[in-house]
Amino acid sequence: MTAFFHHFLFEFRTGIRNKTLLMMNYLFPLGFYLMMGFIMGSINPLFGDDIIPAMIVFGIMAATFLGIPDPLVTARENGIFRSYKINGVPSYAILSIPAITTILHLMILAVIITVSAPLLFDAPLPLNWLNYILVFLGLAFACAGLSVLIGVISPNSRTTVLYSQLFFLPSMLLGGLMLPYSMLPSIAGKFAQLLPATQAMNAFRGLAMGRIADFNPWGSLVTLFVSGIISFALASFLFRWDSHNTARKGHPVLALLALLPFAIGIFLA
Amino acid sequence: MSETVVEVHDFCKSYGDFVAVRKMSFEVKKGEIFGLLGPNGAGKTSTLECLEGLRKPSGGSMRVVGLNPATEFGRLKNQIGVQLQSSGLPESITPEEAMKFFCAYHGVDPRFDLLDRMGLSTKRNNQFFELSTGQQRRLSLALAMAHHPAVVFLDEPTAGLDVATRVELHDLMRELKTGGTTIILATHDMAEAEQLSDRVAIMLKGEIVRSGSPLEITATGAGLTKISVHSQNGSLTDPQINFPAVQQKTAKDEYQIFFSSDIGPTVAAIIDYLKNENDALIDLRVERPTLEDRFLEITNSGGAK
Repeated sequence: MTAFFHHFLFEFRTGIRNKTLLMMNYLFPLGFYLMMGFIMGSINPLFGDDIIPAMIVFGIMAATFLGIPDPLVTARENGIFRSYKINGVPSYAILSIPAITTILHLMILAVIITVSAPLLFDAPLPLNWLNYILVFLGLAFACAGLSVLIGVISPNSRTTVLYSQLFFLPSMLLGGLMLPYSMLPSIAGKFAQLLPATQAMNAFRGLAMGRIADFNPWGSLVTLFVSGIISFALASFLFRWDSHNTARKGHPVLALLALLPFAIGIFLA
Repeated sequence: MSETVVEVHDFCKSYGDFVAVRKMSFEVKKGEIFGLLGPNGAGKTSTLECLEGLRKPSGGSMRVVGLNPATEFGRLKNQIGVQLQSSGLPESITPEEAMKFFCAYHGVDPRFDLLDRMGLSTKRNNQFFELSTGQQRRLSLALAMAHHPAVVFLDEPTAGLDVATRVELHDLMRELKTGGTTIILATHDMAEAEQLSDRVAIMLKGEIVRSGSPLEITATGAGLTKISVHSQNGSLTDPQINFPAVQQKTAKDEYQIFFSSDIGPTVAAIIDYLKNENDALIDLRVERPTLEDRFLEITNSGGAK
């Protein structure tokens, strides 16, 4: 337990000490939040209604998809995992601790946004705080799981960027952050349901913000948690200690199973 | 030095069709420093990685402190300390954090004294990327030794270190040996291997082509002993003189240099000659072939005996 604590403490500090992670965990989401609040708020006054969930979703996407996978790939490439293995650091710690510490940083970010948005942009506060926290945790868990999985299956840093952007960019465009889901064409809407951001925005609206959800919000919440569980299980299964050791337990394409709950959700919605 | 700590028997390692190590066997006793030498691609790293439990052997058997590294790694990890060739540490970790972190996973108290010993006392709170190459290697070494392992694997431990730190590290290795720690040393530095190792194995193309103490290895082969002589009147400069067993002759500064295959008769003849010529001996140095000379001889001949 002491070992896990020391490992956790080091990773948590790294989230602030490392300039890239500091950028992804705090500076980028907060900068974007302020920019969107001031610009979008004056262009579209209704944006203020969604600014808290939308900017929290954005923050989670940035910190997880842009912050978690690359350090994992770099650590594997630089032999850090080999050193960890020799010193008895278990693989579950390598995979879970960066995810947990990122979620903790995101909690701090979420508090900053939730407290400041009503003051700065006259944003409405959540009506159901318990559900608000649950949806936050669901999205953070799902995105952290998918990000860890990307870090595990990516052969190098360049591929990591590609895989991460496959989630990040569509989420920005179709995830309901800038444009409401109801305004998307039907086909785009179906595709958008494959994205954790869409599910989270739907759950935030229906379960926490007192708005009308576009589809079953509880289904969205369950989808996020199930996807997170599958992602971490797959990451653990596909994990490799060493980039030179090509033997792995399963083909990386198995990682697509993490999207299964979202795909099923499309048919159930 | 009787208890066998590392046993390797008919060990093979292949990567697909490529055979990195074939039928290799050796033993290392408790408290021994065992040097694993060989050119790049000889199979040293594959051997070390299998002994460390990082890879699985393709054939044969190996045991480290009585444990099979491939199947009993959970128990082995607290018995071995490894300093990898690559840094193996996150760039943002500080030496103090790294010491706490790794010692905690080994279930021992952090050894901050080792950081001081390795000259890292003023760098305890610097991030890993801020340390020089030498400091990074010293930290890796301190971490490898922190949990009092029975066997320490050192892969190029002094590469990139300054002279003072190398001496400090060598002292530390001797101290560990005195305390009963076994050290497996993979190095390209032949002087280091010769100076520190009780026994060495020279690997070539996945096989051990020579093994024994550095003295045994340098005593065999075609290596010629260098005899450098400086006399008062310079009577040895005569090109016509010939001494028994001398194969080559040269001169440098004030010294006449003879390469002999049998030093006894050569030295006796030189001293007789100087006496007969009424010349006085100022300096006479005998240098046996070094491990490096022998290593080059063996590797250049492709391992032929």
